[in-house]
Formats: sequence, structure tokens, C-alpha cells
Amino acid sequence: MIEAENVTKYYGPHAAVRDLSFKIAPGEVVGLLGRNGAGKTTTLKILSGLLLPTCGRVHIAGLDMQREPEAVRARIGFLPERPALYPEMTVAEFLVFAAHIKGLHGNVRAAVERVAASTDLCEVLDERIDTLSNGYQRRVAIAQAVVHEPGLILLDEPTSGLDPVQIVHMRKLILKLRRKHTVLVSSHILGEIHQLCDRIFVLEQGRIVGVGTEEELARQVSASMKLSVEVRGGRAALEAVLRQTKTVQHFAIDGEHDGRVEATLELAGDERAELARALVQADLGLLRFERVHLELENIFLKLTSGEAGASLVSAKETAA
Amino acid sequence: MHNVIYILRRELSQYLRSPMGYIIIAAVLAIDGLLFNAWAVGEGQRRSGEVLEMFFYLTSGPTLLASIFIAMRLIAEERQTGTLVLISTAPVRDYELVLGKFLGALTFLSAMTAMSVYMPVLVMLHGKVSLGHVLVGYLGLILLGAAALALGLLCSAVAPNQLIAAILGAAVITVFVLLWLLSRIASPPLETLLGYLSIHDKHFRPFMRGILSVQDVVFYLSLVYVALVATTRVLEARRWR
Repeated sequence: MIEAENVTKYYGPHAAVRDLSFKIAPGEVVGLLGRNGAGKTTTLKILSGLLLPTCGRVHIAGLDMQREPEAVRARIGFLPERPALYPEMTVAEFLVFAAHIKGLHGNVRAAVERVAASTDLCEVLDERIDTLSNGYQRRVAIAQAVVHEPGLILLDEPTSGLDPVQIVHMRKLILKLRRKHTVLVSSHILGEIHQLCDRIFVLEQGRIVGVGTEEELARQVSASMKLSVEVRGGRAALEAVLRQTKTVQHFAIDGEHDGRVEATLELAGDERAELARALVQADLGLLRFERVHLELENIFLKLTSGEAGASLVSAKETAA
Repeated sequence: MHNVIYILRRELSQYLRSPMGYIIIAAVLAIDGLLFNAWAVGEGQRRSGEVLEMFFYLTSGPTLLASIFIAMRLIAEERQTGTLVLISTAPVRDYELVLGKFLGALTFLSAMTAMSVYMPVLVMLHGKVSLGHVLVGYLGLILLGAAALALGLLCSAVAPNQLIAAILGAAVITVFVLLWLLSRIASPPLETLLGYLSIHDKHFRPFMRGILSVQDVVFYLSLVYVALVATTRVLEARRWR
């Protein structure tokens, strides 16, 4: 659906994005994750046709953005961070106008009714936009982005400025879109990306520093495997086994109570079977033995601080 | 051309829904009426043709002023409120946006100008003036207004906000109006060029007198064309920024 090749954008001497190259398949929901100023909005502006890259090329649905800009823009729905709405229009008038300028000439009224139903706007169709709450205005902004049934939807910080209830509604709305459209959503909210996206692009200083699912990104930042174990037995016995097992790189005793000992440890690779055997052979009662998944927050921090590949020992990371 | 019509319709509906449109109409009609009463018919005896000529001369000022206020918001307001993104990410060509905005503003200005027609009608009823004189005078007003709107639209595309667009538009239009003064102190061939570019003195006076000159019509249309093309280029260039 999207193919970007070496896309670079300079604002004066400052490069907002550099050498971005990626592909997004139809139907994927991809998150652009990055700090403020990482280049997320610039990337979306280039993909939406609002800005042209200083160099590089963008193809959307097989069409070259620079050669066929109108044809490309007809296939895109863009929700900017600040909703682009005409406050003096009613919701219905606005959606009809949006449908018209996005190239919908057939049964526009039906398209508006359909999109109003899918974005829960039916009850406010005849109300002026400036009388609506912030949450409703966001929904109207999403409705204008999808009224022409585009193949690709670009959402820039879709929950920015919403209260917690509105955020939940907005996320549900975005989840509904994933069935029909390819969605690229930018956010600096990790939980949002975690909930909504199949794949994540992590941006830092205008460059992609990580691509993949959460699990793939976790492997990217660390080749080792982290485990949490709980055994019945003495602390000394557990420490002795862990020291003797070659694959254990690091370990830390997290707690000891009622004859139970908890520890977090890191293996060089997936050597779980060998470790389990060693624990059982040492006659330690194995109560818990589970893998600790890195949280997106930690993956993000590792990727954006350039620590990818460094060993991970953090007692604060929670077991999945 | 569908997009031009959609944008034109939205522009017109915005004038009719916002107080700004009504304020501009009320102010211009009030000033036109006062000037007509005080100067066009108020100073001793005049021939009806002279009264009508004076009416068009006096009305041209408020028309230019209204053009500045109408044009200032055309692009600058959309940029300020963020709605320019909506149109810029839609399959609308930049020239369609410019043409839609311009024609919307011109339709509003023409309707407003036409509302002053009761004054020439009074002159027609009480004197001897031809319908042709009235129609040519109004054509001149609309062409003058169109030129000012096109220049104002260009300023609105360049300016970051409406206030700067208004100041810039007023400055540019004032320069184009006063070029005839500069032409008097300039030496040839600059004198001829500056005099020719003067949008009021050189090209509007024949319309006031009821004289329809193709040269003057071509001048106004050319100025509109150049300003609209320049506005389109400004909008295209912003994608490269």
C-alpha cells in the first residue's frame, strides 16, 4: 500500500526526516512511535501529499506521489493533529463538502449517512460543528477522513487533547477502521500504539531506529532471554545452580519468603530446557518458570537511547 | 471544474453565515449612500451624466476597501485555522482552490456592488442617463474589484495571518492606485509603464464616463490572471517548504 524510498525532508538546514525507507502492506495497522520532534508529523505530511520530500520517492497504491498527486490524494484520508473543521457548517454539510472535494460524486448523501453511522455521529448531523464537544469534533474529523472510503488512512496523534472516556471511544473507532483500511497512526503514547497496531516503526531524530512487532523489536534490542523463576528451597541452593549453569548470564534474587525464592535471570539464548533440567536435578521445587517480555516502554527507551543490544537487567520490568 | 464550484459554494455560504459578510455589506452601502448624497448630488446643479460619473468615482473607494477585507481571509484564515490541510490533502489542484476562492469572493463583491443600484436608478428616473452608462459603470466597478481581490488573494496566500494579509493587501492595492502619481515624476519609458499599471486613474475613468474600452477590460483581466497564477505558484511552493 505504501512504499517509501530514501525519503528525506529538510526544513532549511535541519533534516526533519532522513532516508526513510519502508513498505506497508494493504490492511496493516502500523504505528509511528517517537518522541515530540522525532519526525512523525513530517512523515505523515509527506505521505498525505501535504509536503513534498526534499529527496526520495513515495508510492501509494502503486502510484507515484510526485507524478500523480491528485490520484494519490484521492486514495488517502488524513486526520491532522489539529482537526481541520469549518466551525460554521453543520456536521452533514461539512461531510458532504469533504466527500465532494475528495472526489465522491455519486450518492454523497448515502456515503455521509454511512460514515455518520460508523462514527456515531447520526444524532449530531444537523448541529453546527462549533457547538460540539472536543470528542465529537474529533469524530467529525475522522469521518471526513474516511467518507470517501480511502485505501489508506493517516492519523496524526488521534487522541491528542481528549479526556479518558473520549480516548477509549476514539480507540474503538480506530479499531473499527482496521477491518477495511490500511492505517498508519502516529503517537507518542505507547499504550495506544500497543493496543492499535500490528507493527511499529520507531522514529528518532528523523530516522527509523526500529521496525517490527513488539516481539520483534524486543529481540532487536536484546538477543538474550529474560526469565522469572520461583522455587521452593534455599536461596544458597538456587544461587549455586544458577552460577553453575553456563547459559545464565546474569541473575538477581528478587525476594525470599516462606521458604520460596524468586529470581530474575537472563539467558544468552533460548536455553530454557537446560535451565529447567538443572533446577529440577538440584531438587529445587520449581513453582514458576516464565519468560519476561519487555514492555513497549522499555523497547522504546532502548531504541531511542541507542542502547539496542545492551544487556538488560531491570528488576522493575514486569512479567507478561 | 467540480472542485471550483464546491469551493465557491462553501465560500459564499461562509459569507452568508458569518457576521463579517453582513458588516462589510452594511458598511459599504452606508458609505456609498453618504458619499452619493454628500458629493454626487449635494453640490449645486449638475448634469445627470456627471452625477452618475461622480457616483461611480465615489463608489470605487469603498469597493476597493471591501475587496481588501474580503480577500484578506481567503487563504490566510484557512492557514490560521488549519482547514487548508483539508483541501491540500484532497484531490484538489491548487489552481482549483485559487479559482474557487476568487470566484466566491467576486460573486459576493458583485452582489454587494449590485445592491447600490438604487442610486443610479434614482439618477435615471430624475435625469437623462442611458442604461448603457449604468451597466458600463458597474462593469468597471466589478473589474476594479476583481483586480483588487486578485491582488488581495495573492497577499492572503503569502501572509501568515489575516492581519498581515490585510496590511499587505492594503499596501499593494494603494501602490497600484497611486502609480499614476509616480508616473508623473518618473521619466520615460517608466512613466508610461507606471501610468499604464495604475488600476484606477488610467483604466477606471473611462468606465465612469460610460465608455467601454476593450483595452481597459483586457488590462483588468490580465492583472487578475497574473495575480491568480502567482497565487497558485505560492500555494504550490508551500509543499516544498
